[in-house]
Amino acid sequence: MTAAVAAGLPGRLGRVDLSRPVVLLLAAVLCLLIVLPVSWLVYFAFTDRDGLPTFANFAPLFSDPAYTEPMITTLVISVSVGLACAAVAAPMGWLVARTDVPFARTIRSLIMASFVTPPFLGAIAWEILAAPNSGMLNQWYRELTGAPPDQHLFNIYSLTGVIFVIACYTFPYVFVLVANALERIPGELEDASSILGGRAWHTARRITVPLALPALLAGCLVAFLQAMTLFGSPAILALPAGFHTMTTKIWSLFQYPPKPGLAAACSLPLLLLTVVLLRAQHMILGRRSYQVIGGKSGAPRVIRLGPWRWLALAVCLIVLLNPVFLPYLGLVKAAFTHVFSQPLTLKNLTLEHVDFVFFEFSSTRLALKNTFLLGILAATLGSGLALVIAYATARRVVAGYRVLDFFATAPVAIPAIVLGVGLFLAYTRPPFVLYGTLSILLIAFVTIQLPAAYQQLQSAFRAVNPELEEASRILGATRLQALRHITAPLLRSGVIAAWCFIFIGTIRELSAAIMLFTADTKVISVVIFDLNENGHLGPISVLGILMLVITFAVVTLANRLHGSGAWRGQRVTG
Amino acid sequence: MSKSYAKTSLAAIAATALAMLGNPASAAPPEPTKAAPQLIEAAKKEGKVVWYTSVDLPMAEKIAKAFEVKYPGVAVRVERSGAERVFQRIGQEYSSKIYAADAVNSSDAAHFIVWKRDGWLMADVPEDVAKYFPKDQQDPDGMFAAFRVTLSPIGYNTTLVKKEEAPKSFKDLLDPKWSGKIVKAHPSYSGTILTATYQTARDIGWEYFEKLSQQKVMQVQSATDPSKKLSVGERAISADGTEYNLLQLKEKGEPIEIVYPTEGTPLVVGPSGIMKNAPNPNAAKLFNHFLFSVECQQLIVDVGGMRSFHSQVKEKPGRTPLKQIKLMKEDPAAVEKQVEEIKARYTKYFKV
Repeated sequence: MTAAVAAGLPGRLGRVDLSRPVVLLLAAVLCLLIVLPVSWLVYFAFTDRDGLPTFANFAPLFSDPAYTEPMITTLVISVSVGLACAAVAAPMGWLVARTDVPFARTIRSLIMASFVTPPFLGAIAWEILAAPNSGMLNQWYRELTGAPPDQHLFNIYSLTGVIFVIACYTFPYVFVLVANALERIPGELEDASSILGGRAWHTARRITVPLALPALLAGCLVAFLQAMTLFGSPAILALPAGFHTMTTKIWSLFQYPPKPGLAAACSLPLLLLTVVLLRAQHMILGRRSYQVIGGKSGAPRVIRLGPWRWLALAVCLIVLLNPVFLPYLGLVKAAFTHVFSQPLTLKNLTLEHVDFVFFEFSSTRLALKNTFLLGILAATLGSGLALVIAYATARRVVAGYRVLDFFATAPVAIPAIVLGVGLFLAYTRPPFVLYGTLSILLIAFVTIQLPAAYQQLQSAFRAVNPELEEASRILGATRLQALRHITAPLLRSGVIAAWCFIFIGTIRELSAAIMLFTADTKVISVVIFDLNENGHLGPISVLGILMLVITFAVVTLANRLHGSGAWRGQRVTG
Repeated sequence: MSKSYAKTSLAAIAATALAMLGNPASAAPPEPTKAAPQLIEAAKKEGKVVWYTSVDLPMAEKIAKAFEVKYPGVAVRVERSGAERVFQRIGQEYSSKIYAADAVNSSDAAHFIVWKRDGWLMADVPEDVAKYFPKDQQDPDGMFAAFRVTLSPIGYNTTLVKKEEAPKSFKDLLDPKWSGKIVKAHPSYSGTILTATYQTARDIGWEYFEKLSQQKVMQVQSATDPSKKLSVGERAISADGTEYNLLQLKEKGEPIEIVYPTEGTPLVVGPSGIMKNAPNPNAAKLFNHFLFSVECQQLIVDVGGMRSFHSQVKEKPGRTPLKQIKLMKEDPAAVEKQVEEIKARYTKYFKV
C-alpha cells in the first residue's frame, strides 16, 4: 500500500527510484549464490566422470556398508543429541525463565558462552579431558580410586562421547527456544487455571507444557539438524574410534583420489532431510500463534522455589561444567604445560606453546589476518544484504518480495559442509573460477550467515513504524534516501547485533572452510583442525583461547552497543 | 637385531627404487646450483618462499628459521600437512591454475613420479646433491633428490610397558593383550604410513592389517601423532609412525622406546624438489640449495632425528646405526601404481 501511495505523489517525478533495480539485482545475486552450488551438486550427483547421466553414485548409499553404516551412525547421533538436548535444556529453560533460581542472568551468560564456543574446539578440549588414558578426568578418577592405569571412567573416542560433546554445544539452541516460549506464556492463563482450582501439577500439565511443547519440539529438530550436519566434532572424536558419520565421509571423499560424484550423492540426502525437517519445524512453530490470542498478556508468573532454588542453581552449574568450565580448564592447562597429562608442577609449566604459535608457526599471522578480514567483510556484506532484503520484504517494496524472502532464508536448509562441496564444485571451474581466493570463503560465510541476520533484521524492521518512512517519502525523498536517513538510524542496534552475530559465526566456521581453503586462504579454524591431526594440543589450546577471547570481546561489545542503541531507538520512535 | 642384516646397506636398498624413477631418455641434469650472490640477491627481491612439506610442523619451522637466519630477507612460509593431503592439495591447486607452492617435500616418493610425469617440476640440482649425494638418491634429470630418510618402527611407552614384555615384531602386536592399547596413523593422510603400509603388506601380508584392525586401535591421522600419543600416555604402543618423532621425544627424556621389528622396518625416503611454476623461483632454488646443505642435513639428523644420505653428515651417537637395522625395501613405483588399492583395502579393514 505504501508503495502505491508513494508512487502517486508528484514530488517524486523526475527522480529515479533505484530501489526496484537494486532489489532485482539482489534477487539475482542471491539466486546465483544458492542456485549455482546446489545445481552443480545435483549435476555431479547424477552424472558419471564423462558427464553422462547416471544413478550409479547413489548405489553405494544403499548397498555398501562403508556408506550405510555412517548413515545409521549419523541418525543415531542426531536422534540422541536431539533427545539429550531436550532433556537438559527444557528443565533449565524453565528454571531460568519461570523460577526465582539465583543468578539467572549468569546462567544465561554461561549458556551464551557455550553457544559461542566453536564446537570443534569443545571437542578438542574434551580430548584433553576425557581421552581414556591421558584425559585429565580419567587421571583424577584413577588417583581418587586407585584404579589400574588402563582403567577409565570416560572414553571420549566413542559413539557416546561424540553424542555427549555435540550435545554440549547444541543444547543452547533448545534452551533459547524453550526459555523464550515459557517467558511468552501469559501468566493470566496459568492464574486462571489456579483460580479454577487446578493444582500446580494440573496447571503445568494442561497449560504450561502444551504451550511450551511446540518450542521444545522445534528445538529438538534444530538440535537434530545441528548434530547431523556438524563436521568438526565427529572428525575429531569419531575417526580415532574407527567410525565415520556422513559429514566425515563426505569430507574423506575429497581426499586423494577425490570422488566428487559420490560426495555430491552423499550430500543430497543431508540437504533433503534438512529441508523436510525445517518445514516440519516451521509448521510446529507456526501453530504457536494461537497462544497470543487475547492481545497483550501479563508477565509470566514466577514460581518460588524456596530453599530448593539453591539446589536448582547447583544443577544448572553442574550442567554447565560440561560445555564451559571443564573444557576451558583443559584448554588452559594444555596451553601452559609441556605435557598436559602430567601433574601441574613448576617443571611442567611452560610458555613454549605460546611462543610457538606467535613466533615460530609461520601460518599464524596469515590465518589471523584472513580470519579477521573474512569476519569483517562477511559481517559487513552480510548485514548490509540482510538489511536491504529485510527492508524490501518488511515493506513489500516490490511485487516479488516473497522470492527475496525465500532466497534469504533458503541457506538455512543447506548444511555448511554440503554448501562447501557445492561451492567447491561450482567455483573450481568456469565461468567462475574463485577457488583459491578469499572470495569463495566470503561467499560461503555470507551465504551461511545470511538467514540468521535476515531474520533478526526483519523483526527489527517490524518494530519500526513505517509512518516515519512515509513522511520522508511524502517530503520528496526516494525510497533509498528514506531508508538511509530514517530507517537505518532507527535500526542501528539491530544491525550491530546482526553484524556481531555474523562475525562470530564466521570466525568459528569450519565445515565449509575445510572444503574451500588453500595455502593462501587458511583461516584459524582450519589451522586448528590441521594441528589436531598432528596431535599438537598445546598450540591448539593457545589458538583456541585466543579465539574465545576475541569472541567474548565481540559479544560483550555487541551487548553494550545493542543495549544502548535499542534504548535510543525506542526513544526516537516513542 | 640379528647380525646377518648388518650387511644390508641403505643405499643398495633404495637404489633400485630411485633408479626406477628416472627416465633414461631425458636430457642431462642442469649445472649444479650454487648459493651465488646473484641468486641470493634475486631471492631477496622475491622476499619469500612457500614450502609445502609433510615434515612434523615444529621441525619444519626450525628448518625455516635456520634458512631465514642464514639468508635474512627471505621469509619461509611452511605449508605443512600429511603428504597425501599435500599431494591432493597441489593437484587441486594446479588444476585450478593456482601456483602457490615453491619448494615441495613429500614422505611419499611416489608423488615425485607423478609430478615429474606431469611436467610440474623444475630441474634444479643443489651443489651438495651433485657433490655429496649418492647418484641413486637423485633423479637423473635433476628434478628431485632424497632430502630426508626415516623409518616407521614400533614404539612404546616405557612406563606402561616393561621392556621384557614389549613386542618384538609386527606380528606380536596381534596378541590379544595389546587390544585397545595400540595407536596408529592413516595412509590416506600420511605418505610415511602409505609407504609403510605398502611395504608391510607386501612383506608380511594384508592379513596382518586385517587382524590388527580387530585390536581396537586408536586411529590418528599424521605419522607424527602416534609418538605424541605415547608420550602423553594415551596409548602404550604405536604400530607405526616415524622414527624421527620417537627419537626426538626419547632424547628429550620422555619415557619412549623404539622397536625395530624382526620382520624388517619400513623405510621411508622423502624427496624434495621445486615446482616449475614456482611463484618465487629464485628463493625456491636458494631454499632447495639450503635443504641439501650439510648444515641443514646435519640439523635434521641431530635435532630432527632423521637420517641423511649426505656423505658429510654424521650419525648422532647413541642412535642405532642404520646398518644394524633390518629394513624393508622401498619401491615408490609400485606404491604409485597401487595407491588406490592400498587406501581402499585399508579403509575396508579399519573402517575409516
